[in-house]
Amino acid sequence: MSTTEKLLDVQHVTVEFHIGGLLGGLLLVAVNDISFSLDGDRPEIFTLAGESGSGKTTLSRLILRDLEPTQGKVLFEGRDLATIRKRSEFKEFMKKVQPVFQNPFETFSPLRRVDAYLVDTAVNFGMASNRRESVQIVDDALGNVGLSLEEVSRRYPHELSGGQVQRVSVARALISHPKLILADEPVSMVDASLRMEIVNLFRKLRDEQKVSVIYITHDLATAYYISDRIGIMLRGYIVESGPVEDVLDRPLHPYTKLLKESVPEPTTKERESWAKPIELGTTEVKEYGRVGCKFAGRCPQVMDICRQADPPDVQVGLRMVKCYLYRDNSGRPAT
Amino acid sequence: MTLLGVQNLCAYYRTEIYGISRTVRAVDGVSFDLLPDEIYGVAGESSCGKTTLIKVISGNIKPPLKVNSGSINYHFGTYDVDMVHISQEELRRTVRWKEISYVMQGSMSVLNPVRKIIRTFEDIVDTHERITDKKKFLEKTREHINRLGLPTEILDSYPHQLSGGMRQRVAIALATVFQPSLIIADEPTTALDVVVQRGVLQMIKDIQALSNNTVLLVTHDMAVHANVADRVMIMYAGRIAEEAPTESIFNAPLHPYTQHLIRSLPTLGERSTKASLRGAPPNLANPPSGCRFHVRCPYVMDVCRTEVPDLVPVRENHRVACHLVKEASL
Repeated sequence: MSTTEKLLDVQHVTVEFHIGGLLGGLLLVAVNDISFSLDGDRPEIFTLAGESGSGKTTLSRLILRDLEPTQGKVLFEGRDLATIRKRSEFKEFMKKVQPVFQNPFETFSPLRRVDAYLVDTAVNFGMASNRRESVQIVDDALGNVGLSLEEVSRRYPHELSGGQVQRVSVARALISHPKLILADEPVSMVDASLRMEIVNLFRKLRDEQKVSVIYITHDLATAYYISDRIGIMLRGYIVESGPVEDVLDRPLHPYTKLLKESVPEPTTKERESWAKPIELGTTEVKEYGRVGCKFAGRCPQVMDICRQADPPDVQVGLRMVKCYLYRDNSGRPAT
Repeated sequence: MTLLGVQNLCAYYRTEIYGISRTVRAVDGVSFDLLPDEIYGVAGESSCGKTTLIKVISGNIKPPLKVNSGSINYHFGTYDVDMVHISQEELRRTVRWKEISYVMQGSMSVLNPVRKIIRTFEDIVDTHERITDKKKFLEKTREHINRLGLPTEILDSYPHQLSGGMRQRVAIALATVFQPSLIIADEPTTALDVVVQRGVLQMIKDIQALSNNTVLLVTHDMAVHANVADRVMIMYAGRIAEEAPTESIFNAPLHPYTQHLIRSLPTLGERSTKASLRGAPPNLANPPSGCRFHVRCPYVMDVCRTEVPDLVPVRENHRVACHLVKEASL
């Protein structure tokens, strides 16, 4: 496989932040040697899941070229994002990679009508040369998310429901016909009764518009519902990744197991097992600075070696696991 | 004996600008009881009146919010409080934090970022009970932290040094320093991920079991209620749609809205297509006529459009406000 076939190729990226004062301070590795890729010919939904502070958002900023990696590189359609220097090139890149943010009411200014954003996007990206021409393009984009220009024109964000505003936000991202949409927690601020319309929308975009989606979330249930592959993040590492059925139905990494167990189900049958006490990390920075596996302090199956060096990436079937338990590639935990 | 009796409570926001008055009926005819020694869950979407309900029952009634009618009566052991008519001074001196405390959603905004955790404890304790003996205060605080199973090092940390889950647990520890009779937890885990959420909710459950007090747990996440609450109330557009013990709510939900809330979101390992409800939560300044859910209800009948359904008992401890459900003769 050559890299030119890949839509997005993240190669061994590391991002370090220096926190604290000029002299003292601390080096925080927010993203640690992460690699993954999306195929160009087959659109898919790739989920990045993990707790807050696991580096999900830093990784998404890298892909949006909002941040440059300390090490490694991000290739989009074979081109290293670090080589994009000219404004016109950056605009071309932005046309192909579009974000959708968490809180739809913060995405849009409350004092501006939402359709103005759509028209502006169409004009700025050269999809239309003037406002009148943009009407058709905007209407088409809104059609893709199940809305029409008639419904949203001259409306302020507060006049629409959370679900509707989030759909407008997706429509805005669709105007430039992107190949990749990066959705950072797109449903966590949307009401429960409206959440599924957004989630279903991403599925529809993949199947009908052939758009790949990177879905960032900590909600494993919706991740399973829509995605093809998933990467579980912990303190800057992807600890387990692969097809979503493999990873979530039969998790291998102890952290993925804990994560899966902790998802509360809307039934009263699991009250007792869910109430089984678990250990939580006290401070985030401590875990980031830990030598060896970052989960070692909380892992029920911890071994001596886990505290000494970073665990290797082990290929088990179609998935990758970063854990000493699976060193022998058999998919069964070593003892 | 009940801890709190709320009767037919109506609390409205009334604003008047340039002679145009607007009334938002955030809580409209709500009656329920809280019992001692239970975890009572309140579920509903944003703008269904959950937060207003908490504000009113915790005595935080400031214009434009006004209690129009109804009563809120507490029985803290031998001490009775009428929350609608209590003076601010008495509320501050004897009720707030001593009998009713509050855990908020964003723990970062509860804790002062430039003060160590122990100083925040000092501030709160000193406000309600002058600290005369500093040594004794430190000792008691350490004891309290230990009892809750938290490491005592956190007292000498700043909020930003703690993880999100630990901060939220510190906020809970702060809310329980005086062993209150009622702890109101408003979306205590919404911003947290599942593992941390589980840890924080376990702590709330443990505290409740330890001190046999009452926890009012407000969250929109039905799965949390299923695993934590003893009884659950479902609110929709300022009214109670259904109230029942957790088992009944999840095994035999009767109100179409409750059914939707439980079944609409996929559970882990599910792929079959799930749909959203049509429409959006109503604007409480101009709520729909009749049953407020009728615009979005899949089983709407003619009577729903005109008549407001009463909240009627259908089984023991199970009350529903829906025209589809017949009142049981208990």
